[in-house]
Amino acid sequence: MIARTFAISQIELRILRRNLWLFMATLIMVLFALALTFAGSAPTGTLGVDMLTVSVASMTTLSVYLAPLLALMMSFDAIAGEVDRGSLPLLLSYPAGRGEILFGKFLAHLAALALAMGVGFGTAGALAALSGGAGGESLLALVRLIGTSVLLGAVFVLLGYLLSALAGSPAAAAGMAAGLWLVFVVLFDLGLLGAVVMDGGGVFTQQVFPWLMVANPADAFRVWNIAASDAVAMTSGMAGAANALPGWAAPVSLLIWPLIGFALARAAFRRVEP
Amino acid sequence: MTDSALIITAASKLRGKAQVVDDVNLNVAAGERVALLGHNGAGKSTLMKMVLGLTSLSGGTITIDGASPGSAAARAATAFLPEAVSFHPAITGREQLTLFARLAGEGKPDITGLLGRVGLGDALDRRIGTYSKGMRQRLGLAQVLLGNPRVALLDEPTSGLDPISRQDLYAIIDELAARGTAVLIASHALTEVEARTDRIAILRNGVKVADDTLANLSRLAGLPIRFRIIAASGQADQIAEATGGTRINGVSVELLCDPDRKMQQLRRIADMGDTVADVEMTPPRLEDLYRHYAREGRV
Repeated sequence: MIARTFAISQIELRILRRNLWLFMATLIMVLFALALTFAGSAPTGTLGVDMLTVSVASMTTLSVYLAPLLALMMSFDAIAGEVDRGSLPLLLSYPAGRGEILFGKFLAHLAALALAMGVGFGTAGALAALSGGAGGESLLALVRLIGTSVLLGAVFVLLGYLLSALAGSPAAAAGMAAGLWLVFVVLFDLGLLGAVVMDGGGVFTQQVFPWLMVANPADAFRVWNIAASDAVAMTSGMAGAANALPGWAAPVSLLIWPLIGFALARAAFRRVEP
Repeated sequence: MTDSALIITAASKLRGKAQVVDDVNLNVAAGERVALLGHNGAGKSTLMKMVLGLTSLSGGTITIDGASPGSAAARAATAFLPEAVSFHPAITGREQLTLFARLAGEGKPDITGLLGRVGLGDALDRRIGTYSKGMRQRLGLAQVLLGNPRVALLDEPTSGLDPISRQDLYAIIDELAARGTAVLIASHALTEVEARTDRIAILRNGVKVADDTLANLSRLAGLPIRFRIIAASGQADQIAEATGGTRINGVSVELLCDPDRKMQQLRRIADMGDTVADVEMTPPRLEDLYRHYAREGRV
């Protein structure tokens, strides 16, 4: 079973390399991380923190947008594309189960994301540390940023598979992926913000809002990175919401989401009749 | 255990209100080659997908080497060549076949030899995106030969192949059957199937309307034998009148006759002496039989 999963992963990684996805994703991450690190290096003196800390705070904001986007772009075609090409019936006639196929693809996409995140944030972090100093805490924040970004990417890779299995065609899957990204990364926060403003500091703002926020994997990612590092929290100005929650809330949300995503994607894939 | 590798019993498939496959019984024994014929939409591909476990059955049962469709044992025992087979364009023929071998748990098969067998020896390290339709079809055939399938399902295997490749394909099918694989071939290429299969099953609107050897089908159908009489110069009208046939051009007359009246008819033609230059006799071909059995209104 493991051999079959790895066989799928290997071929999928090869495809990612051949169609230049691996290279492009890494390049995008490096360029954006570098740009943000050096454009956002101004507050170092004012806040009295090292440059790597500021860099991590900037890159956290970047990753909230970019990790889901890259993940969805890699994954939306995974099932709909095979259906469209007509290669799925043959693949499914082999003894590999649908869960194995899905997990094999997932491992490949996750590895590609991990490489892009690691190289992108790693390069920017190293340059920030060299030019503006780094400490033990800021290094840990960088490692946490890379790890949580990969986790966030994993959630959206799996949600991408879900859409890919539900959509009838790659075009429909791409449209649904764009919608999903917009909802999770932009509209959800706007909605919450609106609710908080209407509530005017009442029960909703105090009790419900932090939990609702952390239920969204993108926000859980943000909260985890901010709550774990006082310095990062200070530079990003999001300490208030993060402190209203127990420390385990964001990590649990971000760790449970991939499991939910895989279960949903597999259930949807099982219903696909090629 | 029976000796049938593939047993389809009263299989039915409903799509909405449409009965796509209706109460079909079909067995294929080990080493037997069975052709599955039918118009587009007659249910051939659906029946194959049911055997593969890709589509659920609305009724009836299917067993593949004793296992139920879609089970790990059934999938391990089955080889499949889909209609218009397709692969990811970015990988090479060798990589694709290696993937299939690993998925099938085949260890280390002779990929180079296998691709050489289907005539892709030169292209094995080229990306599939550069292959022609016929080359992709052959790659599809190569994966059928992986391992030792008990049942092989080939959906329109000759589509996109040139005449020489078709010959090669049927040679490979014969070899599969000789190794004890039960082969089910869905096809439109009637003339090829005629010579290359042991038994013929015909589906019409999801119902099996025929399932027998070509000789038996021919006998049961009682289709007429076609005579073509070539007249000596200027005698065509006269011959047409004498035999009751139809003149189809200046020199020949066509005449249909029941199988049991064949010799009688031949003697009559021989008696006409010099007015007849030549005579050709054509027994009913599979095309005629197919037309007969697949015709609307017959069950």
